[in-house]
Formats: sequence, structure tokens, C-alpha cells
Amino acid sequence: MIRSRLIFLIPLVLFLVLAGYFAVQLLSGEDPRAVPSALIDKPAPDFDLPGLYAGEPGFATADLKRGGPVLVNVFASWCVPCRAEHPLLMRLAEEEGATIFGLNYKDKRADAKGFIEELGNPYARIGFDGEGRVAIDWGVYGVPETYVIDGSGRIRYKRVGPLQPRHLEEDILPLLEDLRS
Amino acid sequence: MIAELGHFALALAAAVALVQAVVPMLGAARGDGAMMAAAAPAALVQFGVLGIAFAALMHAYITSDFSVLNVIENSHSLKPLLYKVAGTWGNHEGSLLLWVTVLALFGALVAVFGRNLPPSLKARTLSVQALITLGFLVFMLLTSNPFARVFPPPIEGTDLNPLLQDPGLAFHPPMLYVGYVGLSISFSFAVAALIEGKVDAAWARWVRPWTLLAWTFLTAGIALGSWWAYYELGWGGFWYWDPVENASFMPWLAATALLHSAIVVEKRDTLKSWTILLAIIAFGLSLIGTFLVRSGVLTSVHAFASDPDRGIFILLLLVVAIGGSLGLYAWRAPGLQGGGLFRPVSREGALVLNNLLLSAAAATVFVGTLYPLFLEVLTDDKISVGPPYFNLTFTPIMGVLVIALGVGAMLPWKRGDLGAVTRRLTVACVVTAVLMGLAALLYWQRSALAVAGLGMAAWLAAATLTQLWQRVRPTARIGVGEGVRRMAGLPRAAWGMTLAHLGVAVIVAGATGASLLTQETISSGGPGDRFTVGDYAFTLESVDRVAGPNYAAERGTFRVTDAETGDEIATLHGERRRYVAGGQETTEAGIRSDLGGDLYAVLGQPTDDGGWTVRLYRKPLVPWLWIGSGLLVLGGLFSLSDRRLRVGAPRRSGTRAGGVARTQPAE
Repeated sequence: MIRSRLIFLIPLVLFLVLAGYFAVQLLSGEDPRAVPSALIDKPAPDFDLPGLYAGEPGFATADLKRGGPVLVNVFASWCVPCRAEHPLLMRLAEEEGATIFGLNYKDKRADAKGFIEELGNPYARIGFDGEGRVAIDWGVYGVPETYVIDGSGRIRYKRVGPLQPRHLEEDILPLLEDLRS
Repeated sequence: MIAELGHFALALAAAVALVQAVVPMLGAARGDGAMMAAAAPAALVQFGVLGIAFAALMHAYITSDFSVLNVIENSHSLKPLLYKVAGTWGNHEGSLLLWVTVLALFGALVAVFGRNLPPSLKARTLSVQALITLGFLVFMLLTSNPFARVFPPPIEGTDLNPLLQDPGLAFHPPMLYVGYVGLSISFSFAVAALIEGKVDAAWARWVRPWTLLAWTFLTAGIALGSWWAYYELGWGGFWYWDPVENASFMPWLAATALLHSAIVVEKRDTLKSWTILLAIIAFGLSLIGTFLVRSGVLTSVHAFASDPDRGIFILLLLVVAIGGSLGLYAWRAPGLQGGGLFRPVSREGALVLNNLLLSAAAATVFVGTLYPLFLEVLTDDKISVGPPYFNLTFTPIMGVLVIALGVGAMLPWKRGDLGAVTRRLTVACVVTAVLMGLAALLYWQRSALAVAGLGMAAWLAAATLTQLWQRVRPTARIGVGEGVRRMAGLPRAAWGMTLAHLGVAVIVAGATGASLLTQETISSGGPGDRFTVGDYAFTLESVDRVAGPNYAAERGTFRVTDAETGDEIATLHGERRRYVAGGQETTEAGIRSDLGGDLYAVLGQPTDDGGWTVRLYRKPLVPWLWIGSGLLVLGGLFSLSDRRLRVGAPRRSGTRAGGVARTQPAE
């Protein structure tokens, strides 16, 4: 009798285990959008992009291997979240002294220049990737995306979607600090 | 002003739900008729008030009221009217409002059409329904107010995701919601029955039409979503095993099992506690699906903007609703003992097998959907489970189900004779063998599995038609003409079953064609180039720029001819659209359908050398997927219109007011 009653408890127990997993996942505070790139801890792909502005240097793999950590930010003038994260990039460049490279994704030169003139330029250099070819090698699947590259050209961090202050405080700045020392 | 009215209506609905949850439940416990009778009017008021809230939000969308945050984030003044309306539910807050409105709608339907329910069962059912509504209303009022205002209002909104701007998808969510929120009624009935401690044939007869109604809409909703994915995503797939698709498919599988096990409860007064459990699970899976989509626990192309606080709240709702009902089940279900005994080979046995297979299928989908999540909690790895897993697990289960279905539907109640049934299926076996031979001649080279799939479809169709025919003409003494005449006299439910089972056969054929017999060419080129796909030649005639109301597009015109004879077959237009407001791109496939299959052309990205990538497909039998889904829905509607099940139909003799009914004689 007792045993046959216990059978009826099985669904409840299974469900509570499931709910426990959900709770762990939710409370871990991990952001499911922080999809780790398959390229994490791998060297950044080889590329050589022309600059956004005629006459200015472009952006190529060699720029990532100059010894210090840098950020690579994928942006486009047509992307609304890029506008949202832009002030944070300005702050990173001006106040934290970070080197940020821009990868201008599937854009028109005139539009991209307008975007930079309107909002300010946080980028050390901007590579123009009108076709999105280089972005494919980087595994970009949404704009904006932000990468941290260490001094030897390895990708150490990737964030899909607009940066928020907490990503800066909790992930990017500490990582930059680590990589510098 | 109207937005505030909507917000106020929401708060009022929460108050009404509280009354509807508490008063009738107390009344049923005390046997107080007046308190129990409060349930029905409360359910009607509830629906009315939520209808006002829903209309208020829709008004804000139609008039592009950009002082409402929700409208700013999901609408745009240039958007066509249809999508302004659809925008109402194309976002987290609005779709929740639709959720609770549908919950209230089903409560109101039970209030109106459930006149012959025993008062205590009706009171308890409506009370449980109100509890669910209350949970969601509190959730909305605290975390997801659709009527939040913004000052100063911006001039323009940020637009609805253009992928969602499509007629197929405009109606997909409401259908789906009527479906899986409608399962709430089966759930409420089950919980009410557990509280009453009484499940009998009459209960099964009351709960079945509601499940059937929800199931029919769920089927239509899933089919619409699949159709949308097929022509809008531009890859020619009809099912991606995406977590959100699975979230709607799992309740469908459970509801299908529930429909069948409720028949056993109704006719044979057994399988009671299992049926109750299925009713809880079916709606539980809907709730879990909602949780997965909204909490951001799983990532998916469909995910709404997610927020951990909302996740915690929905998880609490889940624990209270599902945990509570399963707890009640553990406490009360051991007391529900079944009556009728049966042999393994019998209609009951076949329905048990049906239930086992459908539950196993649902469990497979469940594991596939949640495995990445479990793995991440345990090991920190992120993986995704894709079609190979489902092909390996789900498909064989469905294969067994389809084969067994052909025999099971012919077995008599209580005790059957497998040998006799097999003899009656001789003709069906021959028909299947002939059709499989034909399929093998055509397709053996391309895919042997496809021959098996088509064979299964042929078998199920042949066996289903045999079953129908032998029902009207059980012996050779009855003339053929008499048999045909008798068909008109068959109960609608019998027709419903036949149509639905034929629908499954047609879907199996369609899915086989779409997934195993597709021919594709992915290439690049410019106007004038010719591509060969199987027996067809696609010529890219021209690429033109066209302007839509809120997008600009490149439209590729493809001329399709017979690759050998050069005969003209069709002209297809595939578009790539870029939406003005958000800059997102979508593809619109050019499709030509006939019974044999689809020709499908997509214009992709421009290439460096001034051409375009093109994706061209020949997809045999794809329209059968939609025809089969249509048959399923039609079957559901036929069955619903059956006099015996019709909601509110006069009580049959033997069903007394107390709800204690004798089992009906087996048919």
C-alpha cells in the first residue's frame, strides 16, 4: 500500500528536481546571451580591412598583436542598440584609456561617417567591412558585438548585444586589468 | 486616458479573479449553493474586464500612441494596419495580456456552456481557473505592465521585428494561445476532480470537448507557425526543433494522449489517475514552455526580451501551479480506482500503447529541449541539441505509433483477436505493398528511408479507410450501396477520428517528402544565369529594386522550366527586404505549389562580383503537410460537433445531476 502510494509521488519529485534546476540557472545570474564564441582563447582570424575614411590606415590582424590588450567592437549605423552602447565605448576610450578597434559591419561609408560624426569616435581605427565577409570569420551573428583580445592576438572575451555598465564593471575592465599586468 | 483605463481594468480583473477563486471554492466545501453560483457570473465579468484591457492596448497600437512604452518598442507609424493590430501580441507584455484574456475566455465558456455540470464541479473548476488567472495578473501588474507611459513621447517607434510582419505569423500566436492556454480548462477540471475525489465517465465526457477544442486550435497554431517558418526563414525547413517550437509541440503531444485516454475513462471507466496526470502535464508543459520563452533560461530565435526578475516570478507561478497540482495528485490519486478490466490486445490496450508512445515522444522532445540547460548547470558547457538527436529518437517512436495505429483503431473493446483484425486488413496490406513498390521505383536511389516513410503513410491511410468501410459494412451481406448510405449515419466523432488519422498519414507523407526527398542548389550568379535542380531549370531573369510600405527590397525573378524539354513551368519572385526603421533584413521565398510539391526560390546576399547568392529547391509533397494539418483540424471540429459531446447537449438518461454516471455501453 505504501509502495503503491509512493508511485503517485514520482511526478511531483521529478517536477521539483526540474524546478530546482531552473532556479539554479536563474539565480546563477549568468546571462544566456553571453554565448561564448567558439573562438575563445583562439587566435583572432586573419583579415585586412580598408579604413572607413579614405587615406587613413585600415584595420588588420597585425593591429591586434602589438603587446597590449585591445577591444574590437562590431557596429553599424543602422543598428539601434549600437547607439545605445556608444556612450559606454566613449567612456572606455576616454576615461579608461582602452584601445578600441571598430569593425563597421554591412554599412554604407557615408552613413557610418555620419554615425561617428554625430556620436563621437571612440575607435583607434575603423575597418570597413561593407560585405560582412570578415565578420563571418569572426563568427559575428548580431550587431553590436564586442571582443577583448590579449596582446598576442587571442580572443579572450566575447559579448553579443549592446554593452551595459555591468559588463564593463564586472567583465571587461577586470579582464583588461589582468591582461595588462 | 484609454491606456489608464486598460491598466485599471487589469487591476479590476485581479480583484474579480480573487473573488472567483475564493468564494466558489469555499461554497463547494460547505455545500453552499449561492456561493457556488457566484462562479459563473464572476467568470463572465472577468472575461469582460480583460476584454476591455485588451481592446485598450490594441487601441494604443492602432492609433500609434507613442506615449505608451510598449507601443514605442514594438510599433512604427508606417507599419500596415494588420501588423499594428498584430503588434498588440507580438511582445512580452502584450502576449501575456492575450494569455490571461484567453484564460478568462475559457472560464467564461465553461460558465456559459457548462450548465449541466454538477454545481460543485463547476464551481471548483472555475475557481481553479481563476487562481491561474490571478497568478498571471499579479505577474503582469508587478513586472510587465503593458500600459506604462513615457514622457516625453518620441515621434516614432522602433518597429516590430520584421520577421514577425507576416500574415501567417499575425494569427499564429492567437491560435496557439487559444490552444495551449485552453488546456488550462482540462487542468482546472482535473484539479477540481482531485479535490472532489471523484473521476468517472461523466467527468471524462465533460472534459473531452474542452480538450478537443484546445487541441484543435493548438494544431492549427502549430501548423501556421510551421508554414511561416517554411516560407519566411528562407531555408525551406518546416520544423527546426527550436526550443520555442518544442514548447508548443510538447503540450500538443500530451493533449493528443489526453484526448485518447479520456476515451478510455469515458467508455470503460479505467485509466483514471493516468488521465488526470496527463491533464496536469499537458497544461504544465504549456506553463513550462511559457517560462522557458520568457525567462531567458534558454536562448532561441523566438525569445522575448528577457529579464531575470520575471523569470523568478514565473518560476514561482510554476512551482505553485504544477507543484501544487502534482502534490494534490500524489495525495488524492491513489483513491481513484479504475473499474473495467481489459486484455492487452484490445482497444483499451491499443490506447494505452498510444499513450505510452505519445508520452515517450513528449519526453524525448522535453529532454532534447532541456538537455543543454542541464548540461550547463552540471558542467558549464554550452551546447545545442539539433535535428540529428530528434531524428534518432522522436522519429522512430512516431514510426511505431503510425504502424500500430493502423491495427489499434480496429480492435474491439475489452478483448480483441489480433489474427482476425489482421485478416480484415489484408486489402490495406496489399495496397501498402503496391504503393511502397511504386515509391521504391521512384525514390530507392535517393533515399531508402523515404520509401519506408511513404509506406507508413500509405499503410495508415489504407488501414484508416478500411476501418471506416468495415464499420458501415461489417459483413458481405450488406450491399455496397447500403454501406455508402450508412456512412451518412455514422456519428460525427467517427468521422472526426477518420479525418484526423488520415491527416496524420498525409503529414507523414509530407514530412518524408520535405525532409528526405528535397533537392537543392545553392549557388551564385547574376541575371541570365541558369541553375539546375533535379528535373527543373531555374533561370534568374532579373533583379529589381522595389519599395514596400516600410521596407525596400531586391526582387529576383526566376523562370522555371523543365530541364529536359524546356517547357515553361512557373515564374517565381524571391525578395530580400531591408526594413527602414531597424535595418533588419528578411527573405521572402518565391514558392509555386501543387499537389506534387513546391518549387522554392530565394534571392540571397549580393556577392563581390555583382551577382547574388541564390538558394533553389524542389520540395516534393510539402503541401501535404498543410493539407494533413487541415485534416487534423477538420477532424477535431467534426468530433466537437458530435451530438454526444456537444457542450450543453441534453443529458443522456443515466447521467444524474450528481454526476454519477454509468459507463456508456461500448460501441
